[in-house]
Amino acid sequence: MKNNSALERLYNGIIKENPTLVLILGMCPTLAVTTSAINGAGMGLSTTVVLMFSNMIISILRNFIPDRVRIPGYIVIIASLVTVVQFLLQGYVPALNDALGVYIPLIVVNCIILGRAESYASKNGPVSSFFDGLGMGLGFTVSLTILGAFRELLGAGTIFGKTILSESFYTPITIFILAPGAFFVLACLVAARNKIMNRKVKNGEMEEIPAGCGDCSACGNSCCSSKSFFDMSVDNKKEETKAASEEKAENK
Amino acid sequence: MKELILLIISAAIVNNVVLSQFLGLCPFLGVSKKVETAGGMGAAVIFVITIASLVTSLIYKFILAPLDLTYLQTIVFILVIAALVQFVEMFLKKSMPALYESLGVYLPLITTNCAVLGVALNSVQYGYNILQSVVYGLGISIGFTIAIVILAGIREKMEYNDIPESWQGMPIVMVTAGLMSIAFFGFSGII
Repeated sequence: MKNNSALERLYNGIIKENPTLVLILGMCPTLAVTTSAINGAGMGLSTTVVLMFSNMIISILRNFIPDRVRIPGYIVIIASLVTVVQFLLQGYVPALNDALGVYIPLIVVNCIILGRAESYASKNGPVSSFFDGLGMGLGFTVSLTILGAFRELLGAGTIFGKTILSESFYTPITIFILAPGAFFVLACLVAARNKIMNRKVKNGEMEEIPAGCGDCSACGNSCCSSKSFFDMSVDNKKEETKAASEEKAENK
Repeated sequence: MKELILLIISAAIVNNVVLSQFLGLCPFLGVSKKVETAGGMGAAVIFVITIASLVTSLIYKFILAPLDLTYLQTIVFILVIAALVQFVEMFLKKSMPALYESLGVYLPLITTNCAVLGVALNSVQYGYNILQSVVYGLGISIGFTIAIVILAGIREKMEYNDIPESWQGMPIVMVTAGLMSIAFFGFSGII
């Protein structure tokens, strides 16, 4: 597969760098809305739409946005898209909008979106950025749907609202659709991921990818939160070089 | 007064922000290795969320609502919060260096902490007035601090435990958080 082609980007997003299961990013919506498969899928698709268009727009504008105010710029673009998505949901699928509630506007602060903007869209062309967004978004959707289906099955005996385990022989474990269940199911998934990764790393098939939010430093880097909102580092660097040149002048 | 106290208790303990609403999970899992840093993070969160909920509710009441611009709330809130965090950081650096020393590292991390935006959006949604929003923000952030300090305490003890290889790191922390979440469910009948 050619690098940065549409197909390679899709594969990368869904399998190789799956945002939830491999990079462990965007945990808040992952845990909060996966009470059922349909909610997980809805959240995943909303995020996908935002991610695709934010990546594309940011990539188009990447040469116009000054470096120092790029983070606020990205945030405004993302927030506008989220507002649009929220209106669409309110208009066409009000039930889903009610189920997802405050987590729809909170897509703005999802690490994945700002992370992709910073690490991919700001360096690549619009088309490959668009497909990068699509791939990442679908990867997110797939893992959220799986997580939701798993919790719905254990917690209510249904998947997508269809009864799989009838109540006559299976008593639903309600805790799985409540808050603690989210932590337990995700813990199992991450443990499984670690098991596979450890084996691959041992066999030398791939380099270790640290779990994103495992150390907030990693998460901080990916969601740009470790950097200041208005990038002061540019200023500091200028001052440093200025000071250095002045010193040189004095020495002369 | 009684209502406000009830609001604090329900926001801090009954509907704990991390353990039942999953907001602010990144710092909760990431900065909870030591009780000391967890406490610092908690203090910074209390500081920022309380100020942010005051500012956002003022903006909502006096700018967005009268001008019929409430649909812009997400965009306005996130920008205000990000700028506010930056401003608080600069202010502390200049005027209270001692406090800045202890909170400074955590402040930039808070911008993308979804709890801050979540609190602002929630208090609009619940129709709180300005005083109620500030108290709600305070309660939420106290709840965050309680949860992160407890988790850090448990993680400090867990350092010495023998954990299966693939469960080391995040998975075991999530199981711990899940158990804490069950414990906090016990409060749900109080109010």
